[in-house]
Amino acid sequence: MLSAPTDAAGVEAATLAPTGGEPPKTGLSETARQRLFLLFLLGPTAVIVLAVVAFPFIYNVALSLSNANIYTLRDWEIVGLGQYGSVLAEPAFWTVFLKTVVWTVVNVALHVGIGVFLAVILHQKFIAGKPAWRVLLILPWAVPQYITALTWRGMFNFEYGAVNLFLNRLFSADPVAWLTDPTGAFAAAIITNAWLGFPFMMVIALGGLQSIPGELYEAADVDGASAWVKFRRITAPLLKPVMIPAITLGTVWTFNNINVIWLVSNGGEPNEQTHILVSYVYEAAFSMYRFGWAAALSMVIFGILFAFTQAFLNRTNATESVY
Amino acid sequence: MNRFLGRFGSYAALALFAFIAVYPVTRILTISLRPGDQLLSRSLALIPDGATLDNYRVLLGETDFLRWLGNSLLVSLVVTITGVAMASTAGYALSRHRFRGRKAALSGILVTQMFPATMLLLPLYIVLIQLGLINSYIGIVVIYTATALPFCVWQMKGYYDTIPASLEEAARIDGATPWQAFYKVILPLAAPALVITALFSFMSAWNEYVVAAVVLQDTELFTLPVGLKGFQASMSTQWGLYAAGSLLVSIPVVVLFLVLSRYLISGLTLGAVKG
Repeated sequence: MLSAPTDAAGVEAATLAPTGGEPPKTGLSETARQRLFLLFLLGPTAVIVLAVVAFPFIYNVALSLSNANIYTLRDWEIVGLGQYGSVLAEPAFWTVFLKTVVWTVVNVALHVGIGVFLAVILHQKFIAGKPAWRVLLILPWAVPQYITALTWRGMFNFEYGAVNLFLNRLFSADPVAWLTDPTGAFAAAIITNAWLGFPFMMVIALGGLQSIPGELYEAADVDGASAWVKFRRITAPLLKPVMIPAITLGTVWTFNNINVIWLVSNGGEPNEQTHILVSYVYEAAFSMYRFGWAAALSMVIFGILFAFTQAFLNRTNATESVY
Repeated sequence: MNRFLGRFGSYAALALFAFIAVYPVTRILTISLRPGDQLLSRSLALIPDGATLDNYRVLLGETDFLRWLGNSLLVSLVVTITGVAMASTAGYALSRHRFRGRKAALSGILVTQMFPATMLLLPLYIVLIQLGLINSYIGIVVIYTATALPFCVWQMKGYYDTIPASLEEAARIDGATPWQAFYKVILPLAAPALVITALFSFMSAWNEYVVAAVVLQDTELFTLPVGLKGFQASMSTQWGLYAAGSLLVSIPVVVLFLVLSRYLISGLTLGAVKG
């Protein structure tokens, strides 16, 4: 996938006719000019990202050390680490944390599992109509999340929802109380999110598959290797460097994906049972106005994800491929 | 025989997953076509009994839908242009230049994704009020661009990594300035990644609800997600309208995806595939 554009570039670079041989004299040294160029390339992005992300982050750190809530919103003050203690002392925090871990692991496993599975199938030579299949399979990614999440909520309706109707017609199964039972609602949110997320992983895996040389498989065929052996010995190891950054990012995104769980469970229904940590932050901040507490919880989430990515990237030795 | 089974199994799996992928979207179509008295139905038919385009007629004729569509297009296009301009240059710097703080910048990009976005909302809201940017597109354009940028920069940087540095060196020897080497040699080669960056920037603006709902308070300024949400608030009566609107909102993004799906696969490298 990379050789074609490279060749074209060789031609273009060779035929590029610069206007003048000498670099323009600006009175600046080469290093200074390089710094200026760098600043020009990076400056705008750095400024805008720092303004929109870093400033609120610092503000949030201050909030997390404060007593801010609905009563003290106008004159809150820094009181120390009390909010952190209160977050960790709340039994619900640990339940929700556990749910978040389950949510993230199951979702990412399904995204990667289904995504790689479909990519491998789709990559086989004999498959006809590849672009058409690809388009159909990418659809869940293309439709806006807030629309499909609500559509899935409708599909999980006890009486009128398509999921129960299908289960009934195909397997004569009794209707499942998806949205009124805590486990059912959590499962419904996971199913919805798994559906939303597999196309991204599929596309990444397809890109990775394209860069694996076909000769490897031909050699394996000569040795009479089975499809599974070929997957284990060729596809999986060569796909790994492509998938690791995607899995890292996917984990962080899934951990922090408030949209799906919030929309499918209609804000934590039944009975505030369907939460992951981010939706819990939202609930604490904007329904209960415990700003300081919510800010401390966000910092805890941040800490968890930071520790996870460092450990994961170190263990998989992927730092090089990411950076 | 074995080969036949393999092929049959492959197509069966594709067909099953394609059905699962497409079906929920067809539900939106079905609901949007239902006449008002049949919104609750146990039918699984794609085209409902007594299908009608009433919802579409009302949506286009009697609501602000078209105005919101224009607003959304404006905001999304501006975000796309600024996003592409910034991500293509910043990604290039991170890929080609070794400078102090480069590693920190690269980790920083990943780190920005770790912070719960909901908590950025409150401080941003306070700042926007102080700058007088409530009910203005400037604020949300800046916020959307900044939220889309980390991923786009990361992914542009990954793509530049796959383009050999010898190309710029050759151009520089021929007398091109660093900017010319970048703009005339490398940037055209990064077209697939630019397409992805454009798509992501566009989508992040086109689909965003929470920030828009907080910042835009004037109905005339609403973007599509905020406007649509209004129909959905009174679920029972306007569910059909919401479905019709959802379908129309999805079409541009779906079309973009379809047209660009070729580039999606070659352009999305996330910094892993090394030439």
